[in-house]
Amino acid sequence: MPDVIACRNLRKYYADVKAVDGLDLSVASGECFGLLGPNGAGKTTTIEILEGLTESDSGEVEILGLTWRKNERELRERIGISLQETQLTEKLTVFETLRLFRSFYRVGADPEDLLRDLSLDEKHDARVGKLSGGQRQRLAVACALVGNPDVLFLDEPTTGLDPQSRLQLWDIVQRFRQKGGTVLLTTHYMEEAQRLCDRVAIVDHGHLIALGTPAELIAKLQARNVIEFTSEPRLEQAVVEAIDGCAGVTAHREGWLLRVHSLAEAVPLLINTVEKQGAKLVTLSTHEATLEDLFVSLTGRELRDA
Amino acid sequence: MPEKTRIRPPIVELALARTKEFLREKEAMFWVFGFPLILALALGFAFREKPPDRIPVGVVAGPNAPQRLAALQKSKTLLPRLMNEQEARDALRRGKVSLLIEGSDTVVYRFDATRPDALSARNEADDVLQAAAGRRNVLAPREERVHEQGARYIDFLIPGLIGMNLMGTGMWSMGFTIANARMKKLLKRLVATPMRKTDYLISMFLSRSIWLLIEVSVLVAFGWIVFGVRVNGSILVLAILSIVGGYAFSGIGLLTASRAQTIEAVSGLMNLIMMPMWLCSGVFFSYERFPDSVKPFIRVLPLTLLNDALRAVVNDAAGLPQISLQLGLLAVWGIVTFMIGLKIFRWQ
Repeated sequence: MPDVIACRNLRKYYADVKAVDGLDLSVASGECFGLLGPNGAGKTTTIEILEGLTESDSGEVEILGLTWRKNERELRERIGISLQETQLTEKLTVFETLRLFRSFYRVGADPEDLLRDLSLDEKHDARVGKLSGGQRQRLAVACALVGNPDVLFLDEPTTGLDPQSRLQLWDIVQRFRQKGGTVLLTTHYMEEAQRLCDRVAIVDHGHLIALGTPAELIAKLQARNVIEFTSEPRLEQAVVEAIDGCAGVTAHREGWLLRVHSLAEAVPLLINTVEKQGAKLVTLSTHEATLEDLFVSLTGRELRDA
Repeated sequence: MPEKTRIRPPIVELALARTKEFLREKEAMFWVFGFPLILALALGFAFREKPPDRIPVGVVAGPNAPQRLAALQKSKTLLPRLMNEQEARDALRRGKVSLLIEGSDTVVYRFDATRPDALSARNEADDVLQAAAGRRNVLAPREERVHEQGARYIDFLIPGLIGMNLMGTGMWSMGFTIANARMKKLLKRLVATPMRKTDYLISMFLSRSIWLLIEVSVLVAFGWIVFGVRVNGSILVLAILSIVGGYAFSGIGLLTASRAQTIEAVSGLMNLIMMPMWLCSGVFFSYERFPDSVKPFIRVLPLTLLNDALRAVVNDAAGLPQISLQLGLLAVWGIVTFMIGLKIFRWQ
């Protein structure tokens, strides 16, 4: 079975930045694929090229075996899109908005049913301008789903949403997948990628820097846990790296991030080392390794402030 | 499973959405209906029919002044006042009076002949004083005053206001909506669907025609009821003219907004385009006052074409054949600007 989404050697240079710099991606049918990276990594440019909204400088894109150049209308009927920031007409009601979008498609879902599925039926006659952020985002996804698409493109679907709304949105995406839909989404939330995606591509500066399932990617760290600590005075990097079982060290604020396999072995060794150096431990916390830690280990920067 | 919701064709859904959006926008309603009505009311009252003011004249103190004053006070068109010489000269210089009557035995009229009311004041004063001195009129003329509907200032003004309003709302409704939708990425979202781009633009014209007819009806009815400005021509011709004229400005509005990225940019462009027409196209005063060399240019401006045709229909009962030239040129304006606008339109 051919890939539902495929691109080869995608390039898009703007005057001051190489937004996408030679990207190859392929997404299989029924897969949920995540593009993960900090702001400015080229995620939005990439997804908009795939959506046929931005032209690439070079490279090829095929969606459902079709190309934008030859089959634009056919493709528009078969994909659903939620842009990063669209302000739908505030003076229209939720239902009117959805019915308008439904009219653009030859076949599609009934707006009433869709509103119920997305828990928007209570807001049926509410003006778009009066909706909360989460409700607006669900309406945006409803507009993407109203043509019964085979492929769903979501650009940062949960950015700025509260945890409750985020969970609701994840639920919508998972239900779409249960019906056999393919999803491509961008996010800068590691948790979102880990929870939703079968495979994740980590991009930075328009390059692919890692690709795989969330579990495979975390395994690349060769460390299941991360210790975050600060000491007074700060330890030398070489001293931290010399701790037994250390799989990697990155500077983090005034202290260090230390990637280790076993917390039980590493924490006592760390405390010993700090004492031996005549320093005092100021803070110490630990967490399970996430995609965020992989990004930090790959780039030396954190996602949020990168 | 049959669908529960009836979905109309996209062009109808788009036009309906656009119409509802506009209905729910209170500010827009004011600019379309409130503003022109207030303007018509204010101007109508400023230029309402009333007898001309009496012209102030000064009688310079002297031995014959009291008799002259008494005689002049009988005039229906003069407002005489007794003044000393210095006061009188100052008043004339400052334009507080249009004429001075001075001299002791010989009557002297002192006035500035370039002031239009000075000459009529002089003639009226002379008549009154001659009559008081015993002149008998040889002829006994009869006066017939004309007061023709269709020739008053308000008859000139109402069609001009209709034209101005069609220009303003036609351009703003296109320009503002498009720039706003582009800024909010709504246009981008729409082209991410299978929607036909021409459907979107044509739906804007469709929803516009409903408003345009209501807007013109309100102004016409207002002029009729409040000022007695009657439509002497056919209402159907007026409707056709309003639609063609309104579309011409929608086309210009579309072209203006076809690439602008911000509301500010569109506003600036719109004002740049509309300003010369407000001034030159005969909204408030006739463009006949401009030099002959620029009149041909003024005549082909869309607002001039529309105002000329509106006045021909409203005041002079012109039919379609008499305004066919203006109609044709307005259609050219609309079609050409729409085509160019569509060609260079920026959806994101």
